[in-house]
Amino acid sequence: MKRALLAICTLMLVTGGCSHKSKPQPASIQPIANGTAIVESSGGKQIGYIGMPLDQPVVVQVNGASGSGVAGAAVNFSGPTGVTFTPASALTDSSGQVTSTVSLGQQAGRYKIVASTPDASGKKLELPLDEIALGYQQTLGAQLNGQYCIRCHDPESTPLRVSNMDNLSVKPHPFTEGDTLNKISDADLIAIISHGGPALNKSAEMPPWGYTLSKSDIAALVSYIRAVADPPYESGGLVYAQK
Amino acid sequence: MKNQLKAVWQFFFGDSARAFGSVSLILLVLLAISPAKNHFSQWRHYQKQYLHLIRGRADAVTLERHFQGGIQQIWIPEQQVTDRCTTCHLGLKEASLADVSAVAFRKHPVVPHSLTEFGCTTCHRGQGAATTVEEAHNSTEQWEQPLLPAKYIEAGCGQCHLEKPTATPFLNQGRDLISSNGCTHCHTIKRGDGTYILPDDDPPSLKHIADKTTREWIYAWIKDPQAYAGTATMPNYHLRDDDARDISAFVISQSTALQPPIQPGQTDTKPAEDPAAGTSLYGQSFCASCHAMQNAAGILVGGNVGPELTGIGTKAKPEWLQDWVANPNHYDPGTMMPHYRFDATQVATLAGFLESKTEPDLVANVHLDPATSPQIEHGKKLVVENGCASCHEINGIKKPENFAPELSRIGSKPLSQLLFVEGVEHTLPGYVAAKVRSPRAFGPSLKMPQFNLTPLQIDAITTALLAQTDRSQTQPPAMRIASVQQTKYEPAGHAGQLMGDLRCLTCHVINGHGGDMAPDLTWEGTAVQREWLTQFLKNPETLRPALIRRMPKFNLTDAEITTLADYMMTVYQTPQFDRDSLPVSEFSPAVVEQGRQLFYSKFACQSCHIADYAKDKGYIGPALAGTGKRFYAAWIYHWLQDPQSLRPGTIEPNQHMTDDEARSLTAFLMSLNATGSKEATKK
Repeated sequence: MKRALLAICTLMLVTGGCSHKSKPQPASIQPIANGTAIVESSGGKQIGYIGMPLDQPVVVQVNGASGSGVAGAAVNFSGPTGVTFTPASALTDSSGQVTSTVSLGQQAGRYKIVASTPDASGKKLELPLDEIALGYQQTLGAQLNGQYCIRCHDPESTPLRVSNMDNLSVKPHPFTEGDTLNKISDADLIAIISHGGPALNKSAEMPPWGYTLSKSDIAALVSYIRAVADPPYESGGLVYAQK
Repeated sequence: MKNQLKAVWQFFFGDSARAFGSVSLILLVLLAISPAKNHFSQWRHYQKQYLHLIRGRADAVTLERHFQGGIQQIWIPEQQVTDRCTTCHLGLKEASLADVSAVAFRKHPVVPHSLTEFGCTTCHRGQGAATTVEEAHNSTEQWEQPLLPAKYIEAGCGQCHLEKPTATPFLNQGRDLISSNGCTHCHTIKRGDGTYILPDDDPPSLKHIADKTTREWIYAWIKDPQAYAGTATMPNYHLRDDDARDISAFVISQSTALQPPIQPGQTDTKPAEDPAAGTSLYGQSFCASCHAMQNAAGILVGGNVGPELTGIGTKAKPEWLQDWVANPNHYDPGTMMPHYRFDATQVATLAGFLESKTEPDLVANVHLDPATSPQIEHGKKLVVENGCASCHEINGIKKPENFAPELSRIGSKPLSQLLFVEGVEHTLPGYVAAKVRSPRAFGPSLKMPQFNLTPLQIDAITTALLAQTDRSQTQPPAMRIASVQQTKYEPAGHAGQLMGDLRCLTCHVINGHGGDMAPDLTWEGTAVQREWLTQFLKNPETLRPALIRRMPKFNLTDAEITTLADYMMTVYQTPQFDRDSLPVSEFSPAVVEQGRQLFYSKFACQSCHIADYAKDKGYIGPALAGTGKRFYAAWIYHWLQDPQSLRPGTIEPNQHMTDDEARSLTAFLMSLNATGSKEATKK
């Protein structure tokens, strides 16, 4: 009698625990097809803000042996702590694509997220994607960039903002150009922004901003430039330059 | 059994010595409970972990010197801050800990405020005095203000910052959206400084609506405003067919004819022969600066100051369009639209062009029988119930007071006072976001309509609302950064009336009042020469080659231009200096040449400005090829030395020039006398 009661209690506890746990994580999706490759359609290398969803959803495509999209393949998204995906896993649609909205975590920096799908043998095919989250300082830098820098430093023209880059005799470096900018130390970047190109024997077409922007504004711009660098910036500019 | 108990009793309390020993032992154990609890407490555990972490690092000695054990507390009585967060968060000030993976010990990201002055909970919320993770971070039975999620963190800034800080784009966007979606027509939102967030969506009056549009269009519109124009700000009330029928019946029935009445369409004035005339007049008049319209490819092109015009021909009656284009003040004296002085042919051409922009599908299936009086009565009842008069002027219905709950302190609302429904996260941010996202999910009988917002816009509005806390309302005034309020400035006199008619302040700001589309004109009289201003008003040329939005040609008469120029040249002068204080005759050719060299080499002004159309290409700033005919030398001279003092917020960098440099550059710029714009010079 006692044993029976104990067994019932245990069963209830276990099932109770299970149902509680399984609520946030629905049973993993069963694929009805498998692909041989997973590729990015769009949504990688976006610049977002901490805790916020990215502007554009991440779209990945699962391709079959013929190189075209496979419908019904299971795609799983995963990322570091704090990153959320809606949905976190799904089956590809008729064109072989899965679309997921990504929210970044609470820390500023680079987030490596991974989209994966099993192939026919059950091996995981992985597609790593980089996304960037801006914190307070980088956000300030991003805003100032939009106001003061982007017209010359961004080659892209939009109807509301025509790029001035082509009008300059020395082409400015886009801020994503990590190959060049990562080698310049923080102190040099601050000097060139504050005192203009001539401070480092560079073109006078880069004007001095030190009498227009505050020191903290310029520090924020530097932190933004570091945040969006591609390839990523490794801290310690001088050390990096010596490599 | 009984014997055994007796033996135990005997062993511990058999005689007085044993009893004394046992009681002492029990007492000792009891006394040890409290220190033990302290010893094994959660925060000590974190402090040990922290010490372990820093001991492995290169700068261990420095970090250990900074470390202070025990409960730490930031106490700021005037802000009601008692924060013990730094008991566990030990590395907040340590620059070298910026990259540690343990979030708890990481350096705080750079923000303009110091920990000691503001504490933690001022921005992050949570229970500052708590000493366990659970109590400090989450909501407990006794504490309903858990940590603010990272995505809403700018709400912390918004409690004191009533202006628009550069670094809080979401807070700013949220506040703008609250205004532009007209939330505060129904909800009152008072800022900490006693001012109110005011709506700026300017919903139209319905007093003469029957002159403007048809009942069928109103029916289709109120059923689904976004079906007519994707950019429409009017929310969706999810009306049933017969309710929409009755409301449209009432709205038409209450409408009175405009006085003086709109003239029937001037059918005798034939639209121009050229079918492209309408398109080109729409372009020349820069209608797209304010209005958006879908182009042939279905892409929306244009501004968002006025309503979208993609389907205007389906909405507006032809005779109303002609009347409106001829003079918008007739139908709506409060409109932001300027009164262009079009002639009859132009009116017919432009109105004809707009008439051709239709969306016939919208009303194709709307067939309404003539309204009956019970329907009109029912429509009126619905209009009152839905609070339509909160936004729109309607004959016979008063604007309701406090139609919706006040939201001045929504950011501190206790959870116990909120009604949650299934699927809504049980937190205040979750509740607010869900309400903004889909208000009717909280009950079909609720009145708040469905707004047309993207997920990011919903988060932005939630951020702005969460900033409306108790703290924001009650803190000492010295803590607040005041909101930037528009002044009530209006130009005076005859010229003032004319400027009102032309709606200069829709685009230009003068003395702190006006739009942000075009340059600030507060000191225009000190800046430009009268002849240039007259010429510009007659035929506005392109000053900034890269801009789409441009000053339209209003077809002003010479007398009107004289009135405007007289007024602006006299009234809009800066007290900082006299515009005649630097006569051009003072400049020698040598100084001009010196200025040219400075322009092209030291300051490289040609990066952004054009001095010579033949060789310069920079087009961020205005073209300067005609500076000698446009500006006063004194203005240029002072501008070069400190542009922001003359026009706050201009992106022209202050180059920190010497007096001599500024003087030489002024001399060079004043020597530039090209006429007209680039196109004119090319010819």
